[in-house]
Amino acid sequence: MVAQGRTRTVLARRGVRSAALAAVVLLAGASVAFVTTESTPGTRVEEHTHRVPERPGSAEQVDIDTSLYLPLRTPAPAVLLAPGFGADKDSVDEQARELAADGFVVQTFSPRGFGGSSGRIGLNDPDREVADARHLLDRLAARPEVRLDGDGDPRVAAVGASYGGALSLMLAGTDRRVDAVVPVATYHDLGESLVPNAARGGDAEARTPAAGSGGTGVFKSGWSGLFFSAGLDHRLSADPGSYSGTSGGLDEDVEAVCGRFTEEVCRIYVDVVTTGTTTAATAALLHRLSPASVAGSITAPTLLVQGEQDTLFGLDQADATARRIASAGGDVQVVWFAGGHDAGMPGPDLRATISRWLRFRLTGAEENPFGAFEYDVQGAVRPEGAVSVRTVRAADYPGLRTDRVSRREVPLSGSERVIAKPPGGLPAAISGIPGLNALVSGATALLPPESLDPAGQSAAFDSAPLSDQLLVTGATTVRLRVSSVGAPGDGVLFAKLYDVGPDGTKTLPGSAVAPVRLPPLPEDGTPVEVVVALPGVVHPVESGHRLRLVVGTTDQGFRATVADPAVYRVGVVGALSVPSVPAVPTASAWPIGQLLGIVLVPAVAAALLALLAARQRRGRDVDPSLRDTPLVVDGLVRVLPDGTTAVDGLSLRVERGQVFGLLGPNGAGKTTTLRMLMGLITPDGGEIRVFGVRVTPGAPVLSRVGCFVEAAGFLPHLTGRTNLELHWAATGRPAADAHLAEALEIAALGDAVDRPVRTYSQGMRQRLAIARAMLGLPDLLVLDEPTNGLDPPQIRRLREVLRRYAATGRAVLVSSHLLAEVEATCTHIAIVHRGVLVADGPVVELAASGDELTFAVDRPEEAGAVLRALTGVSDVDVRDGLVHADLAGIGAATALAELVRAGISVRHAVPRRRLEDAFLRLVGEVR
Amino acid sequence: MTVVRGSGGRPEETGDGAAPGFRPSRSLRISVELRRQLLRGRTALVAACAVLLPVVLIVSFGVGDPPAKGPTPDYEALAAESTPNFVMYVMFVAGTYLNGVLVALLVADGVASEAAYANLKYLLAIPVPRLRLLWRKAAVSALLSAVVVTLVPLVAVAAGALSIGAGNMTTPTGYTLPFGEALVVLALAELYVVVQLSWLAGLSLLLTASTDVPLGAVGGAVLASMFGQILDQVTALGSLREFLPSHYTWTWMELLSPEPDLRSLADGVLVSIAYACVFGTLAAFRFSRKDITS
Repeated sequence: MVAQGRTRTVLARRGVRSAALAAVVLLAGASVAFVTTESTPGTRVEEHTHRVPERPGSAEQVDIDTSLYLPLRTPAPAVLLAPGFGADKDSVDEQARELAADGFVVQTFSPRGFGGSSGRIGLNDPDREVADARHLLDRLAARPEVRLDGDGDPRVAAVGASYGGALSLMLAGTDRRVDAVVPVATYHDLGESLVPNAARGGDAEARTPAAGSGGTGVFKSGWSGLFFSAGLDHRLSADPGSYSGTSGGLDEDVEAVCGRFTEEVCRIYVDVVTTGTTTAATAALLHRLSPASVAGSITAPTLLVQGEQDTLFGLDQADATARRIASAGGDVQVVWFAGGHDAGMPGPDLRATISRWLRFRLTGAEENPFGAFEYDVQGAVRPEGAVSVRTVRAADYPGLRTDRVSRREVPLSGSERVIAKPPGGLPAAISGIPGLNALVSGATALLPPESLDPAGQSAAFDSAPLSDQLLVTGATTVRLRVSSVGAPGDGVLFAKLYDVGPDGTKTLPGSAVAPVRLPPLPEDGTPVEVVVALPGVVHPVESGHRLRLVVGTTDQGFRATVADPAVYRVGVVGALSVPSVPAVPTASAWPIGQLLGIVLVPAVAAALLALLAARQRRGRDVDPSLRDTPLVVDGLVRVLPDGTTAVDGLSLRVERGQVFGLLGPNGAGKTTTLRMLMGLITPDGGEIRVFGVRVTPGAPVLSRVGCFVEAAGFLPHLTGRTNLELHWAATGRPAADAHLAEALEIAALGDAVDRPVRTYSQGMRQRLAIARAMLGLPDLLVLDEPTNGLDPPQIRRLREVLRRYAATGRAVLVSSHLLAEVEATCTHIAIVHRGVLVADGPVVELAASGDELTFAVDRPEEAGAVLRALTGVSDVDVRDGLVHADLAGIGAATALAELVRAGISVRHAVPRRRLEDAFLRLVGEVR
Repeated sequence: MTVVRGSGGRPEETGDGAAPGFRPSRSLRISVELRRQLLRGRTALVAACAVLLPVVLIVSFGVGDPPAKGPTPDYEALAAESTPNFVMYVMFVAGTYLNGVLVALLVADGVASEAAYANLKYLLAIPVPRLRLLWRKAAVSALLSAVVVTLVPLVAVAAGALSIGAGNMTTPTGYTLPFGEALVVLALAELYVVVQLSWLAGLSLLLTASTDVPLGAVGGAVLASMFGQILDQVTALGSLREFLPSHYTWTWMELLSPEPDLRSLADGVLVSIAYACVFGTLAAFRFSRKDITS
């Protein structure tokens, strides 16, 4: 076949980043613009419009809009990917890109009557749509990017879902060039799908698990309406005035009634809708449009993927196709997936596996990823509403190459019942909503039970509660005995099989109903027996649950054609025959990866923490020469986050036996220094050594330091005693080392020691905090402003305690902003101001020098001059109305006498207090 | 006035210069930290909440109208039927917010409250090594959380047994289990719930190690637990939600089905533990070098 091309500029519809337009002459007189899209790296997409004859040999021509996806590496095997009914080539764009990314050349197209393609919908007519597909194979064979099996014979697979799936089967059945077929959720016989009959005469038990019955039955009006409306032309509804038909009959205005359908298809539809059944001629026409007509000729390996949630094309359709292909010797694998027209087409996981199967079939590079038969089992309903699915694999699809499917007999109880069909078939039982059954699976449960199976219209037959789980895999069958009471009516019944929980909750697996068109019923009431194949499902029935067969006279999804009322007597003969296909899970049930992660993740975290802990412990820095010096601070620097320097090069040395005072105004850096001493904050420079050991956070040497810095920090709901006990317990040291009794004596709390700390006064907390600092009699006691909140007698006692404590050879470091306090308490002193050491030394040296005097006089300048004139007087300093002088050479009495002689009035003369000078100067500055 | 006896001894030659009898590895033993926490009113309050919920629920069943039995599976309607059903219902109710709040209160409060009491510095100056302090706090808080969270269904069992009586469990999907087996399944489910909460415990630890404000740490943790549940409702996030620890809050219900999906259970455990480890490690790094200024 030689393709006819025509010139057309095509714009990419989606994903265009850079459109590089280039005209390429493909065939004589035909040029094609192609567009490269970059949304999938490495994939090029070419859009063509092919002109094909309306029918073979016809002069009339039809445009077919196509897209060709070219993978990175060519030549490559090709996939012809056909869209579903009502959709155009864009609907399979995502799937095409996936396949192209997997290394296939992918040909997609809009079927006749859809998208950018012209022509009329022929429902996969062998002379129309199927011929178009053959034409596309010719085109593929002409492309250099496509791997060839022979001249004009591309290495190609036909893939499609629903309408497209049927096309792939019909192409494979009519064109030997197809090397593999993947029909997804499609039909075997359109007539048997849309006008199904679940009843079967005779005794022949089906060998395969999901065998239906076939033959003309009851019109599936709900689905068919949806189906037909997809092919109607929108022109009519848009402009009703242009429609001038009179009676609406087909002969008068085919265009108006049939939209884009061919007249043949339209006639079939109108025939079925108006009669509610199919004549033999109609059935034959539908058969011609169905894979059933050619399935026996399919030799290419076939992967039948059928949905378990599909009230349009049920499992019975794939079952029939599988039987036809297998009986003709074809190679067929069957997959039932948790989806279908009611719940959605295969998801990314299944699509990826199908792609692997195509690679296996077309390149041989893969293992066959599917077994002969696999099915999904839906488990418990998840809290989020999703359903857990596991895939299991059976040894074979029973009944094709091996023995018939194994069946379990489940007896039903209940005697014959009389049920009535109401006039006009209303109200009708509701079993679901076409296309939405999965979305609204809970919705039918919301309706009152009567509307599911209206009273008087249905008979229920229950099994006993099951003793163990029963996995229904396929079509359950049951034999019914039916007789008419009075006029037989149209002889239509509906059967469905519920799973009934112990609490009465009913589930209708697959929302599926089996319509039964009975053979003609004798008017005299003679019963007729039929075998009913219920819809194929995969459903685990738990132990304790019952199976309930409900036989009714109406169903909303089907069209009752004869409005006359009728009454039937219905009974069950024998038991339910439930097919069950043993299978094992395909994937390992144990989530090995996750379990490994559960072990490894904490192990990694533990390793990190161990490293961190080791780093913290590492390198104790000890200076042996300072082993007996309680505290050495050397060049300590600490910069606050705001950039100010809180401590600037501070150096101190505290020896045993000293009560060392750290004196400075508020904000001098005292507390910051003490925090660094405790290892709470880290110095930015310099170091602190306690007994020669450099202080780091948590350095064990800190155990020899007792401290009380700023807030007392007690658990307020506990008593003073419990607080001290808990604190000591936290050290892990022996209780006897605590000297708790002595500490409590220092705190001098009396009975209050057994009251909660929150009842304490500031002074009591202060004393308790000092007592805690002294627990264990630390070698270095650090107290920050210890006299705050104490009354004078307590302050005096504390001084005494500290002096005695230091006298035992330990050291005490006290910080304060009160000069008198430090002078009275300490033996040694350091004055800090703005983080800098101003003065330090023994209090006696700093505080008062015996030979220096300070005079308060009426004329300081003159007094200064007098004193300077004396020999033996040095360091005369006049300041703030006072005169300071060193009188070492002459003595105070002489100096006083000289001043008096000079006529200077001396109010008083006291030993000079250098410390006070220094400190007041500082404080003055601060003010 | 007291005279302090004893003399300032020479330093022990232990190498690290520690006081006699002091070893970092013996500081702040679990038993001590447990005692410290058990003595706190907060712990009692949290336990009281845990006890109260099932009691309030069972009393409300007795007082109010019996829940109408609708056609759809309804937890509340099922709850009044038997003790296992009631326990399942209580676990469901506790799972929405209570469990998160309990964990937040017990874990996020740990270090921050010591800082708020100004007690943290005295513990660190003992010196309790920082990682050890954090680890002890974490271990004891986690232990208490596990106990308190488990207390909820335990009280539910007791309350149910007293007022409803034993009986079979009926799951929302219509699956029935005898009393004994139901208790085993529920115990496993509760174990999962406890493990699943580890992510929140880890986050709480990070918050409590980072702030000196206990209310901030607890509030932050509670907020995170609620925010997680809200995020999981945003279907637009798609499969990203599988990386949310809160996505697996209800996965314990998997165990109620006859064929539990081990994969999703393992996913839940893995995601929770991974978050817990990341948060916990961050907390350790943060706390080990943090300036203690409280």
